[in-house]
Parts: sequence; C-alpha cells; structure tokens
Amino acid sequence: MSEPGVPGGIVAEVEGREAETGPRRMVLNMGPQHPSTHGVLRLLIELDGEIITHCQPDIGFLHTGIEKEFEVKTYQQAVTLTDRVDYLAPLSNNLGWCLAVEKLLGLEIPPQAQWMRVMLTELTRLNSHLVWLGTHAIDIGAMSVFLYCFREREEILRIFEMFSGQRMMTSYFRIGGLALEPPRGWYQRVKKFIDIFPSRVDEYENLLTSNPIWIGRTRGVGFISLEDMLDLGVTGPMLRAAGLKIDARKNQPYTSYDKFDFEVPTRTENDVYARYQVRIEEMRQSAKIIRQAMDGMPSGPWKADDPHVVLPDREKMKTEMEALIYHFKIVTEGFRVPEGEVYQVIESPRGELGYYVVGDGTATPYRVHMRTPSFGNLQAVPKMVEGILIADVIASIGSMDFVLGDTDR
Amino acid sequence: MLSDNLREHAAAAAVENFDSDAVTGGKFDRGELTLEVAPAKIVSVCAFLKERQQFIRLSSVTAVDRYPAEPRFEVVYHLHSIERNERLRLKCRVRGEDLVIESVTPVWRSANWYECEVFDLFGIRFLRHPGLRRILMPDDWEGHPLRKDYPVTGSRA
Repeated sequence: MSEPGVPGGIVAEVEGREAETGPRRMVLNMGPQHPSTHGVLRLLIELDGEIITHCQPDIGFLHTGIEKEFEVKTYQQAVTLTDRVDYLAPLSNNLGWCLAVEKLLGLEIPPQAQWMRVMLTELTRLNSHLVWLGTHAIDIGAMSVFLYCFREREEILRIFEMFSGQRMMTSYFRIGGLALEPPRGWYQRVKKFIDIFPSRVDEYENLLTSNPIWIGRTRGVGFISLEDMLDLGVTGPMLRAAGLKIDARKNQPYTSYDKFDFEVPTRTENDVYARYQVRIEEMRQSAKIIRQAMDGMPSGPWKADDPHVVLPDREKMKTEMEALIYHFKIVTEGFRVPEGEVYQVIESPRGELGYYVVGDGTATPYRVHMRTPSFGNLQAVPKMVEGILIADVIASIGSMDFVLGDTDR
Repeated sequence: MLSDNLREHAAAAAVENFDSDAVTGGKFDRGELTLEVAPAKIVSVCAFLKERQQFIRLSSVTAVDRYPAEPRFEVVYHLHSIERNERLRLKCRVRGEDLVIESVTPVWRSANWYECEVFDLFGIRFLRHPGLRRILMPDDWEGHPLRKDYPVTGSRA
C-alpha cells in the first residue's frame, strides 16, 4: 500500500530543510531528553542567528496504545488506565471517564459522592498547578520556588495516599461513585492544609510576582493571538490568559460545579506572565472550592443505587446471598453498558479533556478516544515560537503546561 | 433527510437548509446531537458551520472501526461553539476499500494533527492535508493499530 506524507517522515523533512537553508540557517534538535521539555518532546528548530524561523514538534515517544487497551478492559478496569494518561492530574482523568460511562448508563450519582469528587479534582488541580509552577520557575532560573511548591505538593500526595493507598495513580473513583469512604481524620488533614494553603500561595507570589528577573523573562514573551489559539485547538488557562472567559466548570457544569461559588480568572496580556497570574489565581479559587465542599458536604450514600453496576457493601456481601451474587457477577464479567456514544468534557488543569466513548452493549467499550488538552495545545507551539529568540522558547512552551503522557496516550 | 424531531435543533435545521443532500441522518441521544454527513460534502458543511453558525472550535477528529461491517469506518468530528455554548458531532461513513476523505484543515488548522493521528492509527487518508504523516507511531511502522483486525498483543517478529 502506498503511503502519503513525507517519505522517511519528520527526520527526512528536517534533513531536507537543512540542505536547502544554506550557510546562514542552522537546524537545532531540542529534546527529546531536554529537561525543560517535561518528558519527551522533541522540537526541531531552524535558526537564523538567534531567531527561530521554523519549528517542528515531534511527538509520540510516550505512545503506549492506551486507546487500544481500553477495548479489552471492562469499564471498571479502565479507570486504572485513565490515571496513567495525564499522570499529574490522575483524578481529573478518572472523573472524565466515570462521567462519560455514567452518562452512557444513565446513572444518578448521590450528592455526597459528587461533592467529594469536586473536592478531590480540585486538590488534583492544585497538585498539577504546583508541579507546573515549580518546574516552570526552575526552567526560567528561579530554583527555590520548586522546593516551596513541592512542599505543598507532598502534603497533597499524602492526602491522596491516606484515602486511596496511592500517591499518584489513585484510581479512586468508581463508575457510580467512589471506592470507599475517606478514613477517619482525613477531613481534619485536608482542613489543616487548606487553612494554610492561601498563605503559601502568597509566599510563591512574594518570590515571583514582582521579581524583576521573573518579569523580565516572562512579560511580553510567548504571545499568540486568541484567534490563532482557537483555530489551533488551544484550551484552558492559555485562553483565559488571553481574555476569554471559558471554563467547562462554568459553561457546561458537571458534578454539581454549578452549586459552587468561584470565579474564572482571566487576564488580557496574553503572555507567559499572564498565564502565570491566571494559574496562581486558579489555585486560590480551587482552595475556595475545596473549603466550600468541605463545609457544605451533604450526607448520604457514597455510591449510586444500582446493584448491576456498583459493588455491594462488604458487610452485605457477607450476609446476603443476593449481594454476593452481584459481587461475583460484577467482578468476573463486569457490567453491560448500553449501545450509544457520548462525548463528555471536563475542565482538566490543562484545558478541555474530552472522553468520546462508544458502547456496544457489552462489558468492554467498543472505542474510546481521549481528546487530551496537551495534544491540542502543543499544536500551537510553532505558531508561538516562530520569530522569537531561542532563549524564550523554554519560557514559552513552559507556559503551556503540557504533559507528554497526555499528548501521546 | 432529517426527521422532524431533529429539525427542532437549530444547528441541524441550518445544515439541512444549507445543503439538503449533505445530511444523510442523525440522532439526538443523551443530550448530544449527531449529524451524519455525506463524505463528499464534509468540507463545505464544516465551512458553513464555522463561518455561519459560530462553531469556531474543532475539538477533535477521530474514527471508529466497524469491522467487518461496511461502510467500515466512521470519521467523527466534535465541534464546539463558544458563543452558543453548544457541541455538535459530525460523522462520515467511509468505505473500507476506498479510504479517502477530504481534509478539513482549510477550515480549522487544529485538524492537522488530529487527521495525522487518524491516518496513523486507522489508515484513513485525508486529501489536501498539508503534511499527512505518522504522528504517534514510528515512521516505518507497518499497519494501523486501532483497526479492529489489528491484534492487541503479540510480537512483530
């Protein structure tokens, strides 16, 4: 079969360019092992002096075939796959997947489970933004911020560990609710964290917001127009830093987000500094949501009332025959999901995360496509860096906050 | 032709009025609108939806393999209108022996990588795409992994 495209792929394309460009231009290979590419992004950059004239991202180094893997897992087993897509925001991915499957099933989730989900995904947003801020600052040269950010992140990971036994790959959400009740003492720990967190954000801001080096490296850098971003598929904080108030939590609310009082921060400068400000403000808003969720947590069950889908309580399983049968059936065969297709969007820390799930009436999905924010955002890299200085590339791509696991799936 | 209950949805009715031959079916299920579009008309329908119906964002392009049924592949487009706060799914059925469809990159530049991905993983070719190539798999990979007749496990030896 004859294949279209460039013969020999991206390498031949760049070698071809190198031959064409002549003595003044230079082709530089950045990555895939460059530390500031946060994983394995490779950028092929053509330079005229220090100015970038052409940029070609090369992705796929972390491709693991997760979408194929979905097709041989039951719906419940697949929760563990979603953690591993965006490993800095595992619970956001759990949530997107669970919501999509629940939409296919037509399951109602009890309020307490919904509020708990909100609380945990917002903790995940803090976790993700903290890693972003720490590594972004290190890229630009502010070493100490990293240590401050990871101090708070460590506490969040311990909170995760306390309820799920895992620091990163929590897999805590279940189709129909949550795995377990949080353990005793867990709320107090979250409360203690959330009480001090706003003052910790002030600390980061003290280090960076009016720091002349930070401002010099970020202000006016990494500009890309709003029209270009919308056309190239960019989502999330990048759009909000360009003045567009767009957030799936507000526009198409899911999991009771409409019952929470929070702001969607925006800036209009549309540069690396504005994106930093947007994410800092998002951290404050997330802390606000977590506090609201904790104060107003409704009481009630943790799981939906559907014995065909949700595992019975341990207690019932040991005393009731019916419960034992359901447990056995769900664990060995999984549950059937009706035919149909849904596209469920949530606002992940990076932008629009969409799960397109096609069910065929069996216990495994027929097809799952993940519309991941990092993949969409990375497409805008050439537009963003062409014409700027090579020294600004790191700050520019750092402000996009991509995760390569999320890009390559 | 559209059924009457689909015509209640503004976007569906608008596409039908724009080109009645373009829409071959559709459904409104679980709060989501899906329109099936004739593959030959996909670019004109997309351009119409973007320019006249405010669907300025293309969220993703992907595909579903219905092997061994024919037409074997469904190419699926997810559109988003920020102004109308609406999402719309377009679907084109492509036959297995003639795996070609027009690229929508002239309408949205974001289609570029998504179409590369569909080409890479399903082997569907997009006409007039600015640089169709494998994007996730190695350049010299044989086969298209997300096809249903491609094994999940096994070695390539």
